[in-house]
Amino acid sequence: MTLTLSPPTAAPEPQAPLQPQGWLRYFSFSVDHKVIGLQYLVCGFLFYFVGGALAGMIRTELLTPLSDFMPRETYNEVLTLHGTVMIFLWIVPVVNGAFGNYLIPFYVGARDMAFPRLNAVAFWLIPPAGLLLISSYFIGSASQSGWTAYPPLSLTTPASGQVIWILSVLLLGSSSILGGINFIATILKLRRPGLKMLQLPMFCWALLGTSILVVLSTPVLAGTLVLLSFDIIAHTGFFNPALGGNAVVYQHLFWFYSHPAVYIMVLPAFGLVSEILPVHARKPLFGYITMVYSILAIVVLGLVVWAHHMFTSGTPPWMRLFFTIATSLIAVPTGIKFFNWLATLWGGKIALNSAMLFSCGFIFNFVFGGITGVALAQVPFDIHVHDTYFVVAHFHYIVYGGTVFVIFGSVYHWYPKFTGRLANETLGRLHFVLTFIGFNLCFAPQHWLGLNGMPRRVAEYDPQFTFVNQVSSVGALLMAISTLPFLINVVYSAFAGEKAGDNPWRALTPEWLTSSPPPVENWKGPAPLVTHPYGYGEAAEPQAVGASSP
Amino acid sequence: MTSSSAPSPISPSAASPALAADLSVADAGASQGAEVSHHAQAGHGAEEGHGDFRLFGLATFLVADGMTFAGFFAAYLTFRAVNPLAEGGNYELELVLPTVNTILLLLSSLTFHRAAKAIHQDRTQACRNWLLVTAALGFTFLGGQMVEYFSLPFGLTDNLFASTFYAITGFHGLHVTLGSLMILIIWWQSREGGRVTKANLFPLEATELYWHFVDGIWVLLYGILYLL
Amino acid sequence: MGLSVVLVLIGLWVGQNVNLLPIDASANAPVYDELFQVLFSIGTSLLLGIVGLLIYSLIRYRRLAGDTGDGLAIEGNLPLEIFWTAVPAIVVLFIGIYSYDIYERMGGMAPLNDHSVHAMHNAADQAMESGMVPGMAMEAGDGPARVWAGISPTGSGADTVKVDVTAMQFAFIFRYPESGIISGELHVPVGQAVALNMEAKDVIHAFWVPQFRLKQDVIPGQPTLLSFTATKEGRYPIICAELCGPYHGGMRSTVVVEDPESYSAWVTKNSPAPLPVSVSPANPVPLQS
Repeated sequence: MTLTLSPPTAAPEPQAPLQPQGWLRYFSFSVDHKVIGLQYLVCGFLFYFVGGALAGMIRTELLTPLSDFMPRETYNEVLTLHGTVMIFLWIVPVVNGAFGNYLIPFYVGARDMAFPRLNAVAFWLIPPAGLLLISSYFIGSASQSGWTAYPPLSLTTPASGQVIWILSVLLLGSSSILGGINFIATILKLRRPGLKMLQLPMFCWALLGTSILVVLSTPVLAGTLVLLSFDIIAHTGFFNPALGGNAVVYQHLFWFYSHPAVYIMVLPAFGLVSEILPVHARKPLFGYITMVYSILAIVVLGLVVWAHHMFTSGTPPWMRLFFTIATSLIAVPTGIKFFNWLATLWGGKIALNSAMLFSCGFIFNFVFGGITGVALAQVPFDIHVHDTYFVVAHFHYIVYGGTVFVIFGSVYHWYPKFTGRLANETLGRLHFVLTFIGFNLCFAPQHWLGLNGMPRRVAEYDPQFTFVNQVSSVGALLMAISTLPFLINVVYSAFAGEKAGDNPWRALTPEWLTSSPPPVENWKGPAPLVTHPYGYGEAAEPQAVGASSP
Repeated sequence: MTSSSAPSPISPSAASPALAADLSVADAGASQGAEVSHHAQAGHGAEEGHGDFRLFGLATFLVADGMTFAGFFAAYLTFRAVNPLAEGGNYELELVLPTVNTILLLLSSLTFHRAAKAIHQDRTQACRNWLLVTAALGFTFLGGQMVEYFSLPFGLTDNLFASTFYAITGFHGLHVTLGSLMILIIWWQSREGGRVTKANLFPLEATELYWHFVDGIWVLLYGILYLL
Repeated sequence: MGLSVVLVLIGLWVGQNVNLLPIDASANAPVYDELFQVLFSIGTSLLLGIVGLLIYSLIRYRRLAGDTGDGLAIEGNLPLEIFWTAVPAIVVLFIGIYSYDIYERMGGMAPLNDHSVHAMHNAADQAMESGMVPGMAMEAGDGPARVWAGISPTGSGADTVKVDVTAMQFAFIFRYPESGIISGELHVPVGQAVALNMEAKDVIHAFWVPQFRLKQDVIPGQPTLLSFTATKEGRYPIICAELCGPYHGGMRSTVVVEDPESYSAWVTKNSPAPLPVSVSPANPVPLQS
């Protein structure tokens, strides 16, 4: 990172003596939303590799039908950590904390988020919480009860690991809540004069909806985990049937958060795709207002569908029916978004670069996962496949095939803005091909495994499933290999990539109307007023409308 | 208006040479390390400054906090509905002390409101007095809770009702403790030369909002745990 | 549009001909498979349609080298959006109502704690309590345990085979209250209704037979009920489908579906001997048959 010397735009003020510059900023308590965004991004990717390594261990164990690669307790620790790391340390922080923090201030025309210090606090909760969680694996016992930590199992497995897990998740949940508060305040209150809500880039609406979910549902998880920890430490009996408690109440409370959690993971990705497609298809986003309504509908519905994770638990039939209908209904606003994205592409001038390829991969994978989701929403269908590899396949199609593909696409799309240089397109396309093939090879067969009798969270299985499991593991290996061109690309291009200039994609949204990387105050001069972030097909060159301050 | 930025953060990697790059960072240590603007405000005028949204942020946080209580209440009500205790297990809670406590807490919201009104009318001393009364009411409430706890026939782990009772009232009590301490801090900071002045009312307003929230939660709690 | 018809036909064909499920061995399995076919067909048509549109767009509207112009400035199309809001809504509603019908046919909507279910439990408990049948005297005097979830038996319940299932780390134990059998394997007669009254001893487990398409969590402190009628003789796996500890993957048993004669033979062979009855001169007791 070279230091950019720019002429001071303010009267010279005494420089804070200990403020780090250059790359050291990224290891400091910086309150600059762009620094924090990239801190979230890199930290998130580091945890992604940890989670990926854990996945590799799982798929290695599953090469054979016997439990022969690691002790059974260790396997349960590995699968618990895999899920927990991927959700709380990779996806949630990256789509919200990384891209949200970097982009939202640009999109609302602000110099920074509403609460920059809070922003930094939210980020710095993550590395220690993550290290705490991972260290539990090395100091004797990590949690073994899955990322869902159902009691009574979580009350009978080694307590220290479970309590560390709870503590870590509480810290990570708090980080998420602080971020959510910041996004809501920034989007609702910090908009540049003259900028209306319905002129904002779609990503803002996506983050607004996501943050509402974060603020409403994460605290319930926090309370639940506190009660769980009471059961472990103080021998209360909230969820312990032996002490008069109710194990299913835990499930209700847990899923009240954890279902919205999947929207917390996916809605920002929806927002990012809505930014990427118009740019690389040179076409306006189709159906802006319907896209907004869809996001709001998903937020509302997302809060009332949690018990579809409990169709085989102790829920009465009328409750199962309600949740089937509510869950099925979510397919409607989601479907609208997909049709709108397809309509955005239709009639455009589509550049098949890495960002676009990953976005199209997202469309394919997510539609696949969405279809299996509608199937799973039906109670009688779910009774057979609940807690089997069918569900594992479904959610990986959504979370990996969906959100992770968008994360990669977004990295390629905003890489020039973050670094000032262009990433290598050949490596990017290679990355896409390997990831797409590897991912589908790994997870498509798992649908069949679940339908035919393989439960989830097992190290041993019926030998008739051996070949299909091996195919799946080869796919996982391919996914691991696909990381190499990606890593080489992002690291090498940061030093030797072609200079990008301000706006290599000739895009219209505010972050492209400044230098790459942007100055600390985001724009030299006042924030541009962009009332048509998707105004393609109208003008040849992007223009900031009404750039004078009121 | 200044944003909620901190005094210059001291970074662990302290030995960076102070190069003259990006002077517009303006994390410059301005006034005695107190309020420092993060944005390049000097020279950019009113366009750059945005309003003070810290109360809005606090309100959003209180929504989140409220949801934690909501989770507890939901658990309590569900347990009551589907896990009724055996005969004799359901405890009849004494109502006198909790009702007195409720009145005290409601009064304390009133006195806090008085305090806020007073400082708006430049009657700082009256404000400080009302703050003390509020804090006293808060600590009395806590004292009443302690008395109640010690007089109850059940302990934390006796049964599901007991555990839930202590969890919910305890969590609320933590909030009252925190709130009462904050009131004392505001009382101290509103002295002559302190940080809380008519120009910087946020700490007082924030504590007031928090206090009303805690009061509101108690009313719900009283209704659900004691009256229902 | 002709393409839609083609898509629907392909979907239907795939649903009919691509078999992804194991053999169906219970009365509700064909019902389930019917639902699966419908979902599979709809899903295939949808996926092919959307992917087809996507790939077509990528090819037809691909940016040509050197073209720096923009695409069409279309921001929306209300009739089109209404269309693709209404159609998915109808499809989803159809699926929901249809699956409700399926669930009902599988017995899922039958009340769990009504008179007949309790009568069934009462009869079983009485058999235990009277001492005619040795074995676990379960919570005598407590009255019928409440059923928290599951699928009730359809039909009268008169000749339903009742089995108490206990799940523990890491095995299933089957007790037949009427005959006193305790077994590690579940034996059932083909064509006859079976009602499993299930509870766990330690953590949450689940009882799953893929060939029956039925699964129910087995929860400590909350008895659950699973009813089925097996339709094909054979041995099928019973799989624990809820993470229950390190040996979760190895926690499995077998359900043996046999013809009525073999089943009776098994019952007779495995029934415990009748309790010895004390005989005193003043109170001669006839021999038990």
